[in-house]
Amino acid sequence: MVTSSSALVVRGLRKSYGDVKAVDGLDLEVAAGECFGLLGPNGAGKTTTIEICEGLLPRDAGDVEVLGMTWERDETRLRERLGIQLQDTQLSEKLTVEETLLLFQSFYDRGRAIEDVIEVVQLGEKTKARVGSLSGGQKQRLAIACALVGDPELLFLDEPTTGLDPQSRRQLWSLIETFRATGRTIVLTTHYMEEAERLCDRVAIVDHGHVIAQGSPAELIESIAATHPPPPPKASSATLEDVFVALTGRTLRDE
Amino acid sequence: MSDAASQQRSALERTESRASRGFMRRSLIQLTLVRFREFLRQPEAVFWTFVFPILLAVGLGVAFRTRAPERPRVAVVNSGAAGAAIVESLRADSALIVEELSDSAGSRALRTAKIALLVSPDANGGVRYTFDPVRGESSSARLLVDRAIQAGAGRRDPVTVAESTVTERGSRYIDFVIPGLLGMNLMGSGIWGLGFAIVDSRSKKLLKRFMATPMSRVEYLLSFLLSRLFFLILEVITLLGFGSLVFGVPTRGSLLQLGLICLLSALAFGGIGLLTAARAKTVEGVSGIMNFIMLPMWIFSGVFFSSSNFPSVFQPVIQALPLTAVNDALRANMLEGSSMAALGGELTIITAWLVISFVAALKLFRWR
Repeated sequence: MVTSSSALVVRGLRKSYGDVKAVDGLDLEVAAGECFGLLGPNGAGKTTTIEICEGLLPRDAGDVEVLGMTWERDETRLRERLGIQLQDTQLSEKLTVEETLLLFQSFYDRGRAIEDVIEVVQLGEKTKARVGSLSGGQKQRLAIACALVGDPELLFLDEPTTGLDPQSRRQLWSLIETFRATGRTIVLTTHYMEEAERLCDRVAIVDHGHVIAQGSPAELIESIAATHPPPPPKASSATLEDVFVALTGRTLRDE
Repeated sequence: MSDAASQQRSALERTESRASRGFMRRSLIQLTLVRFREFLRQPEAVFWTFVFPILLAVGLGVAFRTRAPERPRVAVVNSGAAGAAIVESLRADSALIVEELSDSAGSRALRTAKIALLVSPDANGGVRYTFDPVRGESSSARLLVDRAIQAGAGRRDPVTVAESTVTERGSRYIDFVIPGLLGMNLMGSGIWGLGFAIVDSRSKKLLKRFMATPMSRVEYLLSFLLSRLFFLILEVITLLGFGSLVFGVPTRGSLLQLGLICLLSALAFGGIGLLTAARAKTVEGVSGIMNFIMLPMWIFSGVFFSSSNFPSVFQPVIQALPLTAVNDALRANMLEGSSMAALGGELTIITAWLVISFVAALKLFRWR
C-alpha cells in the first residue's frame, strides 16, 4: 500500500496509441528524497510514463499518486509543487535568459529568486543574452532553471543530458546532485548507464512498456553477476570519458 | 477507467480559481510583456504592421490622385478656308485639343481612338461630325465642338451663366482607400498576431511546457488580447494620423465611436485568429488556413475598390464577411459622419463573428 514517504506511486499503468501499447501494466514507487532513474532503450515507454506522472497525458488505466495527491483532485496544488523539464521544449528565442525565468517564476505562488536560480545553473554571464544565442548545453541548463524557479519538491527530468558534451553533462550532474542534497526527490529518464549509476539511488529498467528490473544500481549489477559473469577486471576503473574529461578539462566550452 | 474527462474538469477549476484572484496579476503582466517583446524584436512584423500600410497608402494616393478631366482630342479635315475657320473657332475653346488631318488620316485616327471626333466641313457652309456615340468622350466632344463652332459663327447664349467650383474632401480615392487599409490592417494583425504566435508556441512544445506549470489558461489568452489592444491603438493612430496630415482624409464621425468600431473589429479578428490557431500543429498549416480566410476578404470586402462592383448574387455572402462590415462601418463613420446607432447592421455582423469565433475557438482549442 501507499506509504506517506512515497513521492510517486504508479500502479498498473496502461497507455496505448492506436494499436501500439506504449505503457503496458507498469508499477513504480519512488521514495521521498531519492533520485530515481527510468532506464530503457528508445521507444520503451519512458517518456509516456513520465508525462502521465506529470499530468500532461491522460492514461488508459491504472493509478498515479504524486506527493500523496492525484491529478484528478489536486491539479492546482500539484502544479505548484512540481518542477518539470520536457524533452523537446524550444523556449522563445527572442527573450533573454532573465525574461524567460521571470515569466516562469510569475506562474508560481511562491518561487525562488531568479538570481539564485541563475547562479545554480551557472548562467550568470548570460543573464541578458537572448535564448537564441545560447549553446545547446546552456539552453538545457536554462530549461532546468525554468523547472527550478517554482522551488519544487519533486523534479521530473526527461533525458536531461541527451546530446550534450561531457563537460556540460558533468555540470548537469552536479546540478542534480546539489538539488538532491536538499532532501528533495528527482525522477529522471536516461539511456546513459554511467549517468544512472552515478546519480540514481534506485533505477527501474523499462522495456516494451513495463518494468523488467528494479533496484539500486549495485543490487542490479550483483543480481546479474550470478548469471552473467563480469569481464576480467581492467587495470583501472576509469572510463574513456574520464580520460576525455581529464585531458580536456572540466571547464564548460560553450560559455 | 478513463481520466481524460476528470482531468479536463480539474483544469477548468484551476483556470477559474486563478483568474478570480485579481485582474492584473504578476503572471498576466509578465505574459503580456512577453507578447510586446516578441513583437518588437521581430523587425519584419513591425514593418508589415506599421510601415507597409503607410507605404501602400502613399502609393495608392499618388497613383490615383485627382486630376482635371482629360481634354478630348478632335480633328478637322483640312479643306481650305472653311476648314481653317472651323479650326480657329475650335482653338478658341480651351476645353479641346484640335488638329488638322486629311480625310483618310482623320478616319484612321477615329477608328484607332486617337481622336474622339472628326469634323468635316461640307461644300455649302455646314459641318458633319463623325463619332462613336458609345464612347463617352466622343459624346462630350460632340457637345463641346458644336458649342465652339456655333459660338464662332456668331451664336449668343440667351441665359447668362455664372460658375463656382468646389473640391469636396471625402470623395477622392485616397478617402475611400484609407478606411479600407485600416480595416485590412485590423484583420491582418488580429489574425496573424494571435494565430501565428499560438501555433508557433504549440509546434515548439512551449504550450505544453506552460501546461506543466500553474499558469492560468485564461491569462495566457488574455495576454494576447491585451497586447493586441495596445498595438491596435498605435496602428489606428499611425494610419489615420498619416491619412489626415498628408492627404487630408476626413474623420467626420465621432472619434470615440471610431475607436469603439476599431476595438470591436480587432476583437472579432482576434477571435478568428484564435479559431485558426485552435488545432493547427505547424506554422505552415496555420499560414495556409489564414491565407485561405483572408484572401477572399482582401478581394471581396471593399479594401481597394467597392464591394458593390460584384454581381448581386454574391452580395449576401460578401455582406456577411467580417471585413466588409468593418470597412463599411469605418467609411460610414469617417466619410459620412454616421453615428454607431445608424450602423446597426454592420455592428451586428461584427459582433456575431466575435461571439461565434471565440466560442468555437475555446471549444476546439488544443493546449498540447
